[in-house]
Amino acid sequence: MAYSKKVVEKFENTLNEPEKNSVGRWDPSDLDIGTGMVGAPACGDVMRLQIKCKPEKNSHVISDVKFKTYGCGSAIASSSELVDMLIGKTLEEAREIKNKDIANALDLPPIKIHCSVLAEDSIHKAIEDYESKL
Amino acid sequence: MQLPIYLDYASTTPADPRVVKKMQECLSLDGNFGNPASRSHAFGWKAEEATEEARQHVADLVNCDPREIVWTSGATESDNLAIKGAARFYKTKGNHIITSKIEHKAVLDSCRQLEREGFDITYLDPDSNGIISPDLVKESLTDKTILVSLMHINNEIGVVNDIKAIGEITREAGIIFHVDAAQSTGKLPIDLSKIKVDLMSFSAHKTYGPKGIGAMYASRKPRVRLEAQIHGGGHERGMRSGTLATHQIVGMGEAFRIAKVDMDEDNKRIEKLRNKFWGAIKDMEEVYLNGDEISRAPGFLNVSFNYVEGESLIMALKDIAVSSGSACTSASLEPSYVLRALGLKDELAHSSIRFAIGRFTTEEEVEYTIDLVRDSVEKLRTLSPLWDMYKDGVDLDTIEWAEG
Repeated sequence: MAYSKKVVEKFENTLNEPEKNSVGRWDPSDLDIGTGMVGAPACGDVMRLQIKCKPEKNSHVISDVKFKTYGCGSAIASSSELVDMLIGKTLEEAREIKNKDIANALDLPPIKIHCSVLAEDSIHKAIEDYESKL
Repeated sequence: MQLPIYLDYASTTPADPRVVKKMQECLSLDGNFGNPASRSHAFGWKAEEATEEARQHVADLVNCDPREIVWTSGATESDNLAIKGAARFYKTKGNHIITSKIEHKAVLDSCRQLEREGFDITYLDPDSNGIISPDLVKESLTDKTILVSLMHINNEIGVVNDIKAIGEITREAGIIFHVDAAQSTGKLPIDLSKIKVDLMSFSAHKTYGPKGIGAMYASRKPRVRLEAQIHGGGHERGMRSGTLATHQIVGMGEAFRIAKVDMDEDNKRIEKLRNKFWGAIKDMEEVYLNGDEISRAPGFLNVSFNYVEGESLIMALKDIAVSSGSACTSASLEPSYVLRALGLKDELAHSSIRFAIGRFTTEEEVEYTIDLVRDSVEKLRTLSPLWDMYKDGVDLDTIEWAEG
């Protein structure tokens, strides 16, 4: 199966310049950090997404994001794509991001849609974790 | 050095230039294009001469009588013919067949079909090194067993079964023994005058011949009988009808002739490259060789890079043509059934890559690959949350994973 150009580009950028592409981790116990880990090694995909948030007006804004992903090229590209969408968004806006947005942005083939679903799950889990600390 | 580098010789091999030349001589009007079954003119006689010479080359490589060689379209067809043909012919003697969980799909799916027809199939587990123990075969025989089908060299991990020992057991019990030797020709010597195998499958394109042609060995002493699976003009003594594809057959014959001549030297060189490759990556952390380290064919290197997913590694190794033990690249997202049958944990099975070195692999290509593999694995581990957890001393088995 050939990958879409966008997946290859995203994957390679993430691989070759991890720091520029928000690869990393924070201490998950920090109060301004929300961590979402989804997937399972048995399925071949694990994503860990961390959002750094700060209160702003009536909401909370995602000021920075870090992630690490174990999985196929599409899974890695999907998390990396999600990160680009998240920075600067309020939690409400972030919740509105759908897997379709990621799949469309990367031209994911049907067999790789689960990668974008996993990415969507990771943001929900991360927000849940952050809000549980408030 | 040209990129990409081909390291997928277990999947297929390029035809040797000598093979291509022979094949080209059997296609056009000024060449040997006749139908080998034409008895009434010189075009047919000449074509028949060429296919019979090729049959002799195939027989010579495995030391059997050329009359024991049947042309087929490839090892898949040979497996189908041997397994279904023998089972259906001998079904009045019994309905039990023994094979293993790590056979090629051509064998497994043929067995599944026979199950639907009422046969009982036992799928043996390999040892954790990938080898089917002859003792296990012996213990699994029943008075209903009519056929044992096992591969010589496993196509994913390259381990070698002791077909000599298994043949002793099946022959003594009067049971037919079929061996899928698609991966073996040119990699290991086979002497059918010494081993007690009744049916054997061969492929041309794994041995520097063309795709679309293979052969099946059917023993004459003792004679093994088969029910034909393809009916037509009664070619190949009724076992496989269809006009013989002279150019393909001549290509396979030439490929097997070369294999016999070049095998020792080829394998020495290939084994040296394989050992150099493994020697240069085995010191990496959490890297595992899959399959027995000693009983293996040259050229195969199936390695799990723990905490790195195989498909992403293949993508990172974009200048190298390899395949993943994990079948993510196909429609299924399951990891390799072969590695699972060896008892590998899911994450290790998902992390495997098969490198297969062959006749045209150079030392420079292996060196380039080594550097790229080391670099890519390190980069992907930087991206891997599982690697972090491993480094933090977290046991992944203790985590309750939220399945995606």
